[in-house]
Amino acid sequence: MTEEIIIAGFGGQGVLSMGKILAYSGIMQDQEVAWMPSYGPEMRGGTANVTVILSDERISSPILNQFDTAIILNQQSMDKFEKAVKPGGILLYDPNGITRHPSRTDISIYRVQAAEAATAMGSAKTFNMIVLGAFLKLKPIVKMENVEKGLTKSLPARHHKSIPMNMEAVAKGLEIVEKV
Amino acid sequence: MKELKLMKGNEAFAEAVIRAGVDGYFGYPITPQSEVLEYLMAQKPYERTGMVVLQAESEVAAINMVYGGAACGKKVVTSSSSPGISLKQEGISYIAGAELPALILNVVRGGPGLGTIQPSQSDYFQSTKGGGHGDYRLIVLAPASVQEMADFAGLGFDLAFKYRTPVLILSDGVIGQMMEKVELNPQVKRRSDEEVAAECPWATTGRPKNGPRRIITSLELDSAKQEIHNMKLQAKYKEMQENEVRFETFDTEDADYLLVAYGSSARICQKAVQIARKKGIKVGLLRPITLFPYPTEAISKLASQVKGILSVEMSAGQMVEDVRLAVNGRVKVEHFGRYGGIVPTPDEVVKALETKIIGG
Repeated sequence: MTEEIIIAGFGGQGVLSMGKILAYSGIMQDQEVAWMPSYGPEMRGGTANVTVILSDERISSPILNQFDTAIILNQQSMDKFEKAVKPGGILLYDPNGITRHPSRTDISIYRVQAAEAATAMGSAKTFNMIVLGAFLKLKPIVKMENVEKGLTKSLPARHHKSIPMNMEAVAKGLEIVEKV
Repeated sequence: MKELKLMKGNEAFAEAVIRAGVDGYFGYPITPQSEVLEYLMAQKPYERTGMVVLQAESEVAAINMVYGGAACGKKVVTSSSSPGISLKQEGISYIAGAELPALILNVVRGGPGLGTIQPSQSDYFQSTKGGGHGDYRLIVLAPASVQEMADFAGLGFDLAFKYRTPVLILSDGVIGQMMEKVELNPQVKRRSDEEVAAECPWATTGRPKNGPRRIITSLELDSAKQEIHNMKLQAKYKEMQENEVRFETFDTEDADYLLVAYGSSARICQKAVQIARKKGIKVGLLRPITLFPYPTEAISKLASQVKGILSVEMSAGQMVEDVRLAVNGRVKVEHFGRYGGIVPTPDEVVKALETKIIGG
């Protein structure tokens, strides 16, 4: 099994940390992982993206032009990465703020109203975990117990009290993801 | 038991440096390697092991602090990215001339000049052909994973002390910024002053009671003596070429074509090999791990087997010159690269192989 994922959105949406939690979850089940961010003059409000690869084998290139799954969280990223999904692959997006919706017919397209659900849950910070939950519904590549372990590993100890809330957000994502 | 972590290449290097029992780090921040200094400061190794971590006033100061520390037999290290490494060249030449062990990390970004902060491999000439003045070589290690960023810290010091020579780790923005799983070695104790004195009889550890004063210098005004010193250095470089060549190969057994690439380009080429083989092209990859000494013999042998070789590097074509020297005109050798901070994709590499080598 090798899963090549791009997560793309605004800086500050938790794109990089979502990728990190996913990568840590992979480590918890003895997989090889790679996490390659776009880096540079980006900051809060600018674009941010990260490539995450989970595999049972040694990972070759961390730089890819095609992905099994694209998780897209803003319009610029939609414009850039819709075409980067492999035929037969998955595009998961939050329609909030998207004006041009994906139009490809050779891939499976799913939506998750994560921004809305995060607001309803009373914590905008859970946004990325809701998206992660939605992704795991579509591609259950890591076990829930390993997501929790991954969270514990990647969050500093002072944030450990927020783990139950984060796991709730993951569960919410599993529930509200819908096929387009 | 070894400890498993998810870390950036820069962080893994910094942690490995602490665990290798290093005495001092001297650096100055620059993207894309700033996490090295950042991580070291946050970890407070001066509390963990007594290791000094110092942000110098400039790169020139940092390399000269390394020169001073190394002269005392200490395990010392500096890191920077391309423009900062250029500033360090005078110091590196002095350290090589004075025959001192030191470790230098270059997390390469695009140039020339201040260039870009994105990944590149355009410092190959500077690293392998003598970036500073005078006839000297560095041992150059090219990590292709976060694990190797950690492992080469220890290996780098072993080689530096074995040959009393500066060792350069030539990484790039991809390997420095990427996070991967890394297994860390247990903490090695820093050497005591007595151990340093015993292991490094050349080091300036205080005026000896018996025997001559120890002087560390790269200056010799008597040309006859300087020529002997140069011969000694050359003999040492020859010994490195005989004993320290490191490389690995992928899918070369039945290969009709060969890719040669190091560092992050080698990772991209591994994927390119998989894609090309699905298309029925029998291609393999040779990844030099040491760029000096270069795996000339191994490439020469493969040149008798394959029909053409593509050297892939994020540069306008630097390493390709060493590939051509190894092949010596027997088969076609071409270069493919992107530069200015653009990282090529595996598909681009396959296309270049098809157009420049197979169809070319």
